[in-house]
Amino acid sequence: MDSSEASGPELLFGHLWDYSPAAESPDSVAVADRYGHFINGKFVEGENHFPCVNPATGETLFEAASADRKMVNRAVKAARIAYERHWQGLRPVERGKYLYRIGRLIQERAGELSLLETLDSGRPIRESRSFGLPLVAAHFLHHAGWADKIEYAFPGKTASSLGVVAGVVPGDFPLLRAAWKIAPALAAGNTVVLKASEAAPLVVMGLAGIFEEANLPPGVVNILNGAEETGRILTTHRDADLVAFTGSAESGKQVRRSLAGTGKRLTLELGSKGIHILFEDAALDQAVDAVAAGVFPGSRLLVQESILASVVQKLKVRMATLRVGDPLDANTDVGPLSSREHLDRTGALVEAACDEGATLHQADCALPERGYYFRPAFVTEVAQASPVAREEIPGPVLTLLTFRTPAEAVARANNTCHGLTAGIWSNKGSRVLEVADQLRAGVVWGNTVDRFDPLSPFGGYRESGSGREGGLHGIRSCLEVR
Amino acid sequence: MNEYQRPSIPPVDPVQMEARANFFAKRSIRKDAMRAALEMTVRMVDLTTLEGMDTAGKVRGLCRKGLRPLPERPEVPSVAAVCVYPSLVAEARAVLAGSAVKVASVATAFPSGQSFLPVRLEEVKRTVEAGADEVDMVINRGAFLRGEFQRVFEEIAVVKEACGPAHLKVILETGELGTYDQVRRASHLAMDAGGDFIKTSTGKVSPAATLPVVLTMLEAIRDHFLRTGRRVGMKPAGGISTAGKAFQYLAMVKETLGDAWLSPDLFRIGASSLLNDVLMQWMCLETGCDQSGVYFSND
Amino acid sequence: MAAGKKRSPVPERLPVPRTCKLYIKGAFVRPAAGRTLQCGSSRKERGGFVARIAHASRKDFASAVTAARQAFGPWAHRSAFNRSQILFRMAEMVDHRRAALEAGLRTAAGLTAKGAAEEVSVAADRLFWYAGWADKYSQVLGGANPVAAPFLNITIPEPLGVVSVFASTRSPLVGLVSAVAPVILSGNTAVVMVEGPAPTLAVDFAEVVAVSDVPAGVVNILTGPREDILPHAAAHMDVDGVAFFGGTVEEAKALEEASAGNLKRVHLFDDPEMGAWREDDMQSLYWIQPFLEWKTTWHPKGW
Repeated sequence: MDSSEASGPELLFGHLWDYSPAAESPDSVAVADRYGHFINGKFVEGENHFPCVNPATGETLFEAASADRKMVNRAVKAARIAYERHWQGLRPVERGKYLYRIGRLIQERAGELSLLETLDSGRPIRESRSFGLPLVAAHFLHHAGWADKIEYAFPGKTASSLGVVAGVVPGDFPLLRAAWKIAPALAAGNTVVLKASEAAPLVVMGLAGIFEEANLPPGVVNILNGAEETGRILTTHRDADLVAFTGSAESGKQVRRSLAGTGKRLTLELGSKGIHILFEDAALDQAVDAVAAGVFPGSRLLVQESILASVVQKLKVRMATLRVGDPLDANTDVGPLSSREHLDRTGALVEAACDEGATLHQADCALPERGYYFRPAFVTEVAQASPVAREEIPGPVLTLLTFRTPAEAVARANNTCHGLTAGIWSNKGSRVLEVADQLRAGVVWGNTVDRFDPLSPFGGYRESGSGREGGLHGIRSCLEVR
Repeated sequence: MNEYQRPSIPPVDPVQMEARANFFAKRSIRKDAMRAALEMTVRMVDLTTLEGMDTAGKVRGLCRKGLRPLPERPEVPSVAAVCVYPSLVAEARAVLAGSAVKVASVATAFPSGQSFLPVRLEEVKRTVEAGADEVDMVINRGAFLRGEFQRVFEEIAVVKEACGPAHLKVILETGELGTYDQVRRASHLAMDAGGDFIKTSTGKVSPAATLPVVLTMLEAIRDHFLRTGRRVGMKPAGGISTAGKAFQYLAMVKETLGDAWLSPDLFRIGASSLLNDVLMQWMCLETGCDQSGVYFSND
Repeated sequence: MAAGKKRSPVPERLPVPRTCKLYIKGAFVRPAAGRTLQCGSSRKERGGFVARIAHASRKDFASAVTAARQAFGPWAHRSAFNRSQILFRMAEMVDHRRAALEAGLRTAAGLTAKGAAEEVSVAADRLFWYAGWADKYSQVLGGANPVAAPFLNITIPEPLGVVSVFASTRSPLVGLVSAVAPVILSGNTAVVMVEGPAPTLAVDFAEVVAVSDVPAGVVNILTGPREDILPHAAAHMDVDGVAFFGGTVEEAKALEEASAGNLKRVHLFDDPEMGAWREDDMQSLYWIQPFLEWKTTWHPKGW
């Protein structure tokens, strides 16, 4: 029987034996003072620079330019010319070989790219090295093989490229998101203009360097820097044939409105509030490990009431060994939040929840003096309607809710305008499959979390977006199929 | 009412379990952290010889090695214990009596356990009489795989009784159990029946200790402690021949059970060639040069 | 030198010629019966000699099948992505060894410089093409089946096992590559028999396999007359499939009859002339399909 949270035996995770610091030196990678744009195969200077901050220190790392209408026009024109002159007419196998070359170069320069991503976005370097970069390379390598096989994907139909793809990517996982936009678009025979996020443009500039080294024909991929205004100009550009947007729901809806009546294609990947359902027969230790490894990505944990005390206890134990600190240190599990805004918002949401009567369980670890750090935490006794349960929390905070029956779990999980990812933990296969059937989410993880593969389509229902990225289903959106 | 409860032993998801277990190889352990880990590792070794051709000479030599692993470096501590067959316990005792190094012995028809219970119990009694401080028993895998849990439980309980003052390690022989679920179940059974330590393997069957199997057992120990307040020890054995591998297990213990288990009282490593690799790493840290095996005694 | 004086038959430097062996279980081995054949090559090198190729016997075939069987489990178990990377590497190695392959095609197959260059380019591109299928054919050929009961029902293609390949006798490089790649990319292992006017190219291809991280036993290459091996391959109880290129009507009939012993899957392919082999219609998803099995799994849905 599970008892309430009375004090019982406690585990001590102290400093009897500590690991050695393993901070990578940022010196092995070059960060310029300023970045402009990458247009028509060259790095060009820009204007209206804004500061980009290293979230681990709060200090300005470099400045990036903001593309104005003139610059956006220049990039789109380069993409259009490249499409018509170099790319569309190229033998598909040769397009595949370019993608293959890019994939190999990413593998070879993975160390550099990981560093750039960590410096700019605060992502722990161990995660980026062992999980992020191989996935990015795999994306290009997988799509290299699609370039010359498109006709097999749509039996009885003819598929052709669309033209110029206008892409916008967000600040989290910037390199992977850029790969998701660029690789399939190129494989399908399109050219690309991509706007990097103002929150994390550095590694995307690094990716541009890879395109340069691969001798990708000029104009096939162009990268612009800038903020919302640049994004608006790009996504509404007359000469873009497909708009592929990843960002907030609000911005996504704007894009959708502005494209109304234009006949242009659109794929959207917007926000979400991921949910993990824990049934009483779940592999509990692994469920807690998996959720913690995702570092509580602002998700909801829906727990069967009969195991609530057990889950709370295990979460607390697991949280006690999360290492929060310098993302350049290979031992770090949890890095800083990517911006001050995210930090403030996370704090505000948690505070509001506590004011409403929620219980906060927070890790008791030391935080670095500078930087946008937040101690991992989870909240219980939360109302389902409260903001901390409904809105995306941009920090390491997990919201716990309970349920009694599978039907109730499904109803609660679907009680959202979002629908991107969901996890189901149960030892009973038929239950996992039935719940998966009923969940309104584009990606269902059965007894696992945060699994990605270039051939597994990713995308959401309802306000989490439309369209899929990855695999056979993902490449469809980059093509005209008749 | 127990029959109506949901399973109190949670299932184990093998994919996530293996991912988590392999994660500990990524922790950075160098310089001071390595020095401390090397020192801890030596103190946790159960230096083992379990061969049909073991003799008094072999055992006595090993005991001396365990007492002073590196005579030119007095700061290298002694090992935790020397582990031998019952017939050689007296020889080990002759060398180790009065020292901090324990005499451990396998018993209960090791390694297979396929013998009559009275005979197995008698072996335990005589082993303790001969001077063993610690007894490593094997569970009845045949009975376990047939689901005869009551029988397996009772056998462990009576062996514990027969041990008297000696502490009991229960070898699950995880390589024969088939799944992580079985390993977890066997762990709880062994702890509930009174084992002081649970141990992965006899070292005679492959696979022996692996990171995921050990993590499964550590999670069982954790649940047992949080439920009952009793701390049971862990001993991986077999297949751990390098210091680097040992460090991964230390990291796993540190992050699963915490500081209390980073001690020979609650964590041992059953090994033979591990000791020399640790000594070589020790000297490598001291001198800055990679070492050669010929400079270390190979007894 | 005075005009009209003959060149000395003794060259200043003797080349060290390659010994052509069989490629079995990741190693180059001599044929069990110790027999070799002279290659039908036209030009004799000044002061040198024409390469002899190994003459494979029934015993070599049996050894190769054993090796292929051992290699099958682990090869099929690797991720599709990993297999694709290995085939990509084979393409890389073909392009990298272009000079040697072109020289071989010129001397042994009598191709012109232009023809040889095109042959190597197509061979590399064909490997590249098939490499990209490894992690895609499942999505295109398999799928979820919406059965009329509350079950998840999925059909997944699986590799057959050990496939005996009788490669083209008319296209020594492109034909060979086109016979091997579609078989192995899905996880099958192959025992490849090569007869033909330029079998030294088979040895070159074996060298490509040897440096491409292909695990030992996945591709085994034997040279020599087909007729010595065909009846044994057809009747071998541990071979799961046969890919037969060209051949006579009588050979095909005998193959199909003898294969009935263990119901191994037999697929007959055309063997056109060299130029036709380079066309795009000689590469197809449907060359992968004959060497697949179909696993359909049911699981109930219901909490």
